[in-house]
Amino acid sequence: MSRLESLFKEKKDRVLNVYFTAGYPTLDSTVKVMSSLQAGGANIIEIGMPYSDPLADGEVIQASSIKALANGMTLTVLFDQLASMRKSIHIPVILMGYMNPILQYGFEAFCKKAKEVGVDGLILPDLPLFEFEQFYGKIINDNGLDFIFLVTPETPAERIKKLDSLSAGFLYAVSSSATTGKDKDFLKVATYLKGLQAMQLKNPILVGFGIKDKNTFDAATAYTHGAIIGSAYIQVLSKGGDIDQSTRLFLNGVLGA
Amino acid sequence: MQLFSTTNNYQNPTEEGYYGEFGGAYIPEMLYGNVETLKNQYLKIVQDPTFQAEFQQLLTDYVGRPTPLFLAERLSKEIGATIYLKREDLCHTGAHKINNTIGQILLAQRLGKKKIIAETGAGQHGVATATVCALKGMECVVYMGEKDIERQAPNVARMKMLGATVIPAVSGSKTLKDATNEAIRAWINEPNETHYIIGSVVGPHPYPDMVARFQSVISEEIRKQLKEKTGTELPTHVVACVGGGSNAAGAFYHFLNEPSVELVAVEAAGHGVNSGLSAATTQLGTHGILHGSKSIVMQTQDGQVVEPHSISAGLDYPGIGPLHAFLYESKRGTFLSATDEEALASAFHLSKIEGIIPALETAHAFSVLPKLNLKPTDVVVVCLSGRGDKDLATYMQYL
Repeated sequence: MSRLESLFKEKKDRVLNVYFTAGYPTLDSTVKVMSSLQAGGANIIEIGMPYSDPLADGEVIQASSIKALANGMTLTVLFDQLASMRKSIHIPVILMGYMNPILQYGFEAFCKKAKEVGVDGLILPDLPLFEFEQFYGKIINDNGLDFIFLVTPETPAERIKKLDSLSAGFLYAVSSSATTGKDKDFLKVATYLKGLQAMQLKNPILVGFGIKDKNTFDAATAYTHGAIIGSAYIQVLSKGGDIDQSTRLFLNGVLGA
Repeated sequence: MQLFSTTNNYQNPTEEGYYGEFGGAYIPEMLYGNVETLKNQYLKIVQDPTFQAEFQQLLTDYVGRPTPLFLAERLSKEIGATIYLKREDLCHTGAHKINNTIGQILLAQRLGKKKIIAETGAGQHGVATATVCALKGMECVVYMGEKDIERQAPNVARMKMLGATVIPAVSGSKTLKDATNEAIRAWINEPNETHYIIGSVVGPHPYPDMVARFQSVISEEIRKQLKEKTGTELPTHVVACVGGGSNAAGAFYHFLNEPSVELVAVEAAGHGVNSGLSAATTQLGTHGILHGSKSIVMQTQDGQVVEPHSISAGLDYPGIGPLHAFLYESKRGTFLSATDEEALASAFHLSKIEGIIPALETAHAFSVLPKLNLKPTDVVVVCLSGRGDKDLATYMQYL
């Protein structure tokens, strides 16, 4: 059973996935941030692989990516940093990023290496369904990685079912069609999430985009298994200070602990 | 990767938008609906007789088509071959860009869109978009790199006068690449009411094919005009500058499947191909994904897109349309480059010997003529894609 599968077997609701950018705020802070997230109560860690032209990301995550690249982050550096992460990190870890840097690294080599260091799943927003089915999906599955597709309020029901059938680990429900870090009207989102819940999909659903505090986390998780926080946590990291302490404070706030 | 397409039909990408292994639609799910609708509708809409009637009428009465095919006698004599200039610089708004924006605004209307967004480099596409939005009474927002806003001030003023909002792109290199990122993000944030008019043969499928079709009027006219003037439809060479590659796609289109016609694409070498300050994508790039399609991309070995350089904002782009990537890889096209200095020299030279001040982008195409080893019997068509009014501030520094 994969780590993500085990997690959702044990924990049916309020699963918290927190995103941060590898190599941010400093090149060597990657594993430190992961430890802080695990200690602070996150259930899944989503590591952003920085890219120069991240189409789906808003300003906050873009800025963190530019900083991380300037710090010297690359996929090779990231895999070196993650090589011994499983000595201390026991919760699921997924990588999120864009296709271009992965193609340069070599798609198959990337999947092999990710599995080797203990990564559980991938989110690649610009890998389309057609190309996934034609070519890349097999490589991902052969290497034992879960692939997580995104769905939005505009995705037709038939397509949601298809994306769900190809996803493993969980399904990423984007709260509205928008880049990351924008404020959402969570009343409208509720109708959409209720609809997803009613579809009785194969995978658990985690909601992302626009979740930043206890109110939005509660709203997002009312009808789903959990939620994903990205920009709001990057903003916490951007303020500096002790990473352990600021992470704990932030996650306590979100979880209402 | 064999699976995508082995087609060598340059005019028709596969259903998923592949020319060879280049193309596709590498976009986040948030854009799926819009792009899918466009993919399913564009050919149907564009081939509809009422669309064609309105499109052709606007090209004639508003854009001023057909544009002349001009025999450049003094240039011909100097080069030692017959050189024709396809006068896209005489289009309304001063460049070929409007051929595409007329087509796309009519398409946007038929898709029920209320608002238009666009990216622009030199500002020619921004002006052409602002123009058609004014014509059709649609809201227009143009994303333009902060650096380009400074070096193309007259076009910024024109867009504003035409009623468009110009938003500076402040990320990355602050040029065309980043303006395109910002425009795509803006589209993600409000996909339902908005149509994104991409200005070049780049972006996710169906944009490269759609823009190439709208620009193909250039080569359609060249064939007719050449027949009238010389008795034969086919030149020996067609020469055009390439950034993303829209004027080249239009000038090549009806010659793509005519192997006797040599298609010459001229990229911007900036300070020199290997100077570190260049935009010669096919010479410096590797296979990659940029702005939603697989193509040739200037990037680091870690897959980060690099900041290009060209004196001409319109060629200052680290990618190239997937059709051109396929022309390059299949060797159907001849890819050359011209430096900033060579382009400037050509702009001054053409002005003096033919009385035509070209855009800096276009000037690159003229720089390669002496290098083509042309014979007296050769008939060459150069796509004079735009006029130089917008570049006067640059030209004035060298007077």
